[in-house]
Amino acid sequence: MSTESIAWPSATAESRSFVDRLHDWIATVDHKRLGLLYIAYALVFLLIGGIEAILMRIQLIRPHNNFVSPQVFNRLFTMHGTTMIFFVVMPVMFGFANYLVPLMIGARDMAFPRLNAFSFWMTAFGGLLLYFSLVGANGLYGAGNAPDVGWFAYAPLTSQTFSLGHSTDFWTLALLVSGFGSIGTAINIIATILCMRCSGMTLSKMPLFAWLNLIMAGLVILAVSPLTAAQIMLLIDRYLGGHFFDTQAGGSAVIWMHFFWVFGHPEVYVLVIPAFAFASEIIPVFSRKPIFGYPVMVGATVAIGFISMSVWAHHMFTVGMSPAANTFFVISTMAIAVPTGIKIFNWLATMWGGKIEFKTPMLFCIAFLFQFLIAGLTGVMQAAAPFDWQLGNSYFVVAHFHYVIVGGILFTLFAAFYYWFPKMSGKMYSETLGKLHFWLFLIGFHLTFDFMHIPGLLGMPRRIYTYEPGRGWDTWNFIVTIGVFFQAAGILVFLGNLLWSYFRGKSAGSDPWDAWTLEWSTNSPPPAYNFYTIPTVQSRRPLWDLKHPDDPDWKYE
Amino acid sequence: MSRLVVWICGSGAAFADAAQPLSPTNIFAPASTPAKSIFGLSLLVLAVTGAIFLIVFSLLLYSVVKFRKRKSDDGREPPQVYGSNQVELAWTVIPVLIVLALFMATARVIASVQGIARSDNAIEVIAIGHQFWWEYRYPALGVVTANELHVPVSDDNHPTPTSITLLSADTDHSFWVPRLAGKTDLIPNHPNSMWFDPHQVGVYLGQCAQYCGTQHAKMLLRVYVQPRDEFDRWVHEQSQPSQIGDNTSAGERIFESTACINCHTVAGTVAHGRFGPDLTHLMSRETIAAGAAPNTPENLRLWIRKPDAIKPGSLMPAMQLNEQELDALTAYLETLR
Repeated sequence: MSTESIAWPSATAESRSFVDRLHDWIATVDHKRLGLLYIAYALVFLLIGGIEAILMRIQLIRPHNNFVSPQVFNRLFTMHGTTMIFFVVMPVMFGFANYLVPLMIGARDMAFPRLNAFSFWMTAFGGLLLYFSLVGANGLYGAGNAPDVGWFAYAPLTSQTFSLGHSTDFWTLALLVSGFGSIGTAINIIATILCMRCSGMTLSKMPLFAWLNLIMAGLVILAVSPLTAAQIMLLIDRYLGGHFFDTQAGGSAVIWMHFFWVFGHPEVYVLVIPAFAFASEIIPVFSRKPIFGYPVMVGATVAIGFISMSVWAHHMFTVGMSPAANTFFVISTMAIAVPTGIKIFNWLATMWGGKIEFKTPMLFCIAFLFQFLIAGLTGVMQAAAPFDWQLGNSYFVVAHFHYVIVGGILFTLFAAFYYWFPKMSGKMYSETLGKLHFWLFLIGFHLTFDFMHIPGLLGMPRRIYTYEPGRGWDTWNFIVTIGVFFQAAGILVFLGNLLWSYFRGKSAGSDPWDAWTLEWSTNSPPPAYNFYTIPTVQSRRPLWDLKHPDDPDWKYE
Repeated sequence: MSRLVVWICGSGAAFADAAQPLSPTNIFAPASTPAKSIFGLSLLVLAVTGAIFLIVFSLLLYSVVKFRKRKSDDGREPPQVYGSNQVELAWTVIPVLIVLALFMATARVIASVQGIARSDNAIEVIAIGHQFWWEYRYPALGVVTANELHVPVSDDNHPTPTSITLLSADTDHSFWVPRLAGKTDLIPNHPNSMWFDPHQVGVYLGQCAQYCGTQHAKMLLRVYVQPRDEFDRWVHEQSQPSQIGDNTSAGERIFESTACINCHTVAGTVAHGRFGPDLTHLMSRETIAAGAAPNTPENLRLWIRKPDAIKPGSLMPAMQLNEQELDALTAYLETLR
């Protein structure tokens, strides 16, 4: 395997005009550039969604606060949820998959580079469409602008009767358009992993990152399709006189719930499985040991994928399903705790007996393990349907799923940013700023989301723009809001670190972590063709074999 | 054990003390059978998840501290371990057994709360969710009221559970009074039911728990649990027409000649609207606007003049009356006892 590269025509690239370089980015079909576009796009929306969260928390800092009106608050939580799920976490995961999967499997690009570009721009324009509602949605009615139906948009609140103007249409179309992008990328990831692996890389020798993204992509196809179908049905209801969800004409509000959650729950795993993928690459490298129980990790993820398709109605324990249906969704939901637990134990066993280096990516991964443990256990609490009759739709649920999405997914995402930043930029980030970011964000996260469970236990429902004094909720909400400012400070340090390191950071070299997967065998940043020669691998850790010819992995696998 | 569990969830034993709840809506201060069944199950679930948490948390902490890279490190790679089928089997089988145990306990509580047969002496109530208030109808007792539900207390000698049929007039809502029962949604075109049997007299609070539109936040629930004789007296008063003098007052004329009657009912008059709350016995209620404000003459007057001052985005229109008309109309409403 060669780490040497042929000359990259950088001199001519540098001297080209801004418009030419912009054109290169817009017209690119290079998986790395598209990956970076996905990531940059998600970071912009992360800031927007974060500002929405801050505004909501200021409104809730004390009872009967008048910082924003109820109308504005309802738009804020709708936009925050929709933005964070569809235009932050999904694109950023697609971005990392795009960038890393071909590099890790020793390919020169994705299987369908043009579909790749098409998918990115569909997602990008979907997000723009959502925010165009702020200027475009007033319609003829002078009604509200941004969507205000909640991110799961329960019928019949989305019908023409209750949602005047076009705000709901913008929401529907944004998800429809970005949904096509998601499905395109998912097909691309599957085709790439199945068809483009380098010589010697059998499925059982792929990095776990590739395996987990393969399963994620399969789930995207299964989950996003019913959502897209439901969006089209909603459009038919609103404009062609359909009655799927029109309860005043015999339609069913419950059918929408089934459609939405048969998307919505696998979607959680679409978001979290790539987070598992990051952890499965980073924890071994900083523990200096191979991942413990590789086949079991693959099997557990496949099991999660299958079981996640049969748990959706645990979001609906309070809608009056029969005892038999409730009981079925209790056991299916609790069952998913088993493979998830297996994964946590395997990461634990990977660290066990290792030599753990507390670099910033590893710090975020360790925090992820603790936090994901708690998120999983509060999930088991809500899987017990009667307990969920109390906890459902309360702030306990809000705390639980933010524990998953922030404490689990966002923490591993930060780990991934720091871990692969040297590869993507060629520069090393500032470890000091990275650790400052970690501690600020850790403190903020726990102030906000630990204490957020308590008002839920004390009867505070979600999605209320204000609350009554005397319910014992005031102090907790105050603490929760304070935590948000620590998180915001952490994010600013993170962005500052990325920018500073990009322009002023030291050169990172091709393999700063002494890591084992193929992306570290090429230059940082990798040339457009990725590898000078297509590598050949014999084990799951080709670079370990290269560095330890006396003790290669292929002897044991 | 239960005390330990309660301590784990954050706030000491006071958390579960029904006499001094941390909050009038504390789910750990149950006051009726369904809420108590849920409380019992929640203690079991908290104990099991708490134990798992302590074990795994300790293992994680131990491995992070014990296996950190030391300053004296020799720079060699640690032993490369690829896995162990025995260990994998252990941490698969043990969670499976725990899940099965939790599942069976949960299934039993589902059956006991959802599968209960209707009792003959139950009070039957129909609750209808509206944007953004609650309509209550007692078909067997001939009572229609709004926002403040009255039910009799239930004890072992005289069990009088309340059985509620849940309907919606518009969007989805959810009935949640945490100390009495878990929440159940009110969904248009999809009748639901729930029940509770309050064991203690008092006012129980809650609020709509399914996002239903602009004023979801101020769709508050108040359940008045009364001794049986007091409840019967309340029923008797509510089933009478409103006590109004023989002469039509100026306020009544305004009420009956403006849009008020499109939405509101006053039994025994021409007002038959059903879009808003029944006002026949308005003054028997402690609050207006679904619990958003105390029922005082000042608040009533403000509510008619400028509803947005109390509940912005509610469907009550500002009535555009002059000062004299407002005074007269408020005076009329004050007579609806």
